[in-house]
Amino acid sequence: MDALGSSEEAHLRARAKGRPAARKRRRAEALLALLYLFPATLVLLTFHLLPIFYAFFISLHQWDIIPEGFVGFGNYLELARDERFWRSLVTTVWYALLTVPLSLFLGLVVAWLLFQKLRAKGLYRTLYFLPYVTSVVAAAFVWGWIFNDNYGFANLVLTKLHLPALRWLLEPTGVFDLAFRGLGVKLPAWAGGPSLALVAVVVLSVWSSIGFNMILFLAGLGSIPKELLEAARLDGASERAVFRHVTWPLLSPTTFFLLIVSTIRTFQAFSQIYAMTGGADGPPLGTTQTITLYLYWNLNSQTRLGYGSAVAFALFAIILALTAVQFRLGKERVVFQ
Amino acid sequence: MTEELRSGGEAGRGPLATVGTHAALALGALVMAFPFYWMVTTGLKGPAEALSFPPTLIPKAPTLSNFRQVWQEQPFGRYLLNSGFVSTAVTLGVLVTSSLAAHAFARMRFWGRELLFGAFLATMMIPFEVVLIPDFLIIRQLGWFDSYLALIVPWTASVFGIFLLRQTFLGIPDELFEASQLDGCGHGRFLFRVALPLVTPALVTVALVTFLGSWNSLLWPLVVTHRQELMVVQVGLVSYLGEEGSQYQLVMAAATVSILPIVVLFLAAQRHFVEGIARTGLKS
Repeated sequence: MDALGSSEEAHLRARAKGRPAARKRRRAEALLALLYLFPATLVLLTFHLLPIFYAFFISLHQWDIIPEGFVGFGNYLELARDERFWRSLVTTVWYALLTVPLSLFLGLVVAWLLFQKLRAKGLYRTLYFLPYVTSVVAAAFVWGWIFNDNYGFANLVLTKLHLPALRWLLEPTGVFDLAFRGLGVKLPAWAGGPSLALVAVVVLSVWSSIGFNMILFLAGLGSIPKELLEAARLDGASERAVFRHVTWPLLSPTTFFLLIVSTIRTFQAFSQIYAMTGGADGPPLGTTQTITLYLYWNLNSQTRLGYGSAVAFALFAIILALTAVQFRLGKERVVFQ
Repeated sequence: MTEELRSGGEAGRGPLATVGTHAALALGALVMAFPFYWMVTTGLKGPAEALSFPPTLIPKAPTLSNFRQVWQEQPFGRYLLNSGFVSTAVTLGVLVTSSLAAHAFARMRFWGRELLFGAFLATMMIPFEVVLIPDFLIIRQLGWFDSYLALIVPWTASVFGIFLLRQTFLGIPDELFEASQLDGCGHGRFLFRVALPLVTPALVTVALVTFLGSWNSLLWPLVVTHRQELMVVQVGLVSYLGEEGSQYQLVMAAATVSILPIVVLFLAAQRHFVEGIARTGLKS
């Protein structure tokens, strides 16, 4: 009796004492967390989070090398009237419209073929994936060489097919314009389409991103329960029907993820376009100048930091809006298992 | 990756379909591999042969003189060392800072945890171009312009790394953590002795993605370095093109030199690469 009483008492005492002790322990844990988070937070705050606000501050100023005065939304108003900016936006949209669907489609086709029972899968996978790990700068030079207007391989192929050689990366004319001109029709300027030079850049971009899409599609295909596919086949569904009604819907989370990531990537693309066509006033008369290249041109050649920041925020707003729209549309179409 | 390689192909496909599949894949693979072939063979041609039309598909008199000339004209060895040093430092930095932060997010309770994590995730949405100008000004203010610090420090933390490792840490059973606490193991010991060895594949993923991203980056090094001794290989390549733009046999030799280390690394660690990239799309 006595023993029990004292142990109970001790227990109660411990609990009474436990509360401040627990609080102390919790505070110690919070302090420790602070310590663990410190290195990452310091770097992220300094170079990635706070600079966003700094960028907005800069964009409200006339700021050429040094700050020269507050202009409010003046830079943004100028941007709205800046023909060059709008042209770069149209170029960016063309670049994304061509690159994203093509690289997703080809990535899916390759993944689907590789998903069949097949020999030498590893070799194929290596070859398709290699461009993705290759630096886009080196790849841009190689493709630039292939598309060389005098000695390039692309023109060798054209001449072998008895077609006229093209100027590729030096060609500012729109591809629709070129095609119709061949037929003897002159298109109005607005219907010319993306320049041939931009299309050549798209070829490089698709080439280098197929591997990434393929790997993710392969992973997505692998996560579809085999029983579902077999059940559909047992019900007499054709291979095409199985793909359309089972594989494609169940693959939609992967497709959706890739669509979002690829769109953001193409809107942010810089290296391949810069390395392949030389940027701002490059040979194809600036027809490959996307928003990011226009931004770099403002920063580097014009040293207009305030205006350049306004361009950057415009790009951010566009990406944000696009992602939001894609999420909206995706909600209805993506099937989660 | 057996999971990923598992084939979904129907059992009774005819040999004709298999031949068709092989033909399609081989044709595609040819297109994918051709630029590599064209790069190396152009690098092996003499100047007269390289700039002739129609081009020869196989070099008539292969020579290594272009590679020798590139190596002598430009400090490509230095560029490669710079890239290797910067990418390795960035990768190590990311692994350390991400592991620590991810552990805090996954296993510690503190005020504002969700808020901070949300703020980190939000930065993933921001195009780097937005902070390019302020970052450039900050680097100048710190006196780091034209230094290794400028190339390395801003990239030593990665939201992607924190996110991926946090998700993986959350997959480790709480019982394991509690048991190690009873054994007198603190947070640090648990993280380094128990948790990290358990999530090696995720660490490899983070390391590869970070290393590749760092090795292949151009815009940031272009903006914060000017001295030749500090040039990374991508910047060196761009500047070499500016000088020798029309000497394609030299440019191709330089391009070959610049991608060789990454290609060798890829072929050596191929399985990790493929698994690692496949994992970037997963939610947990």
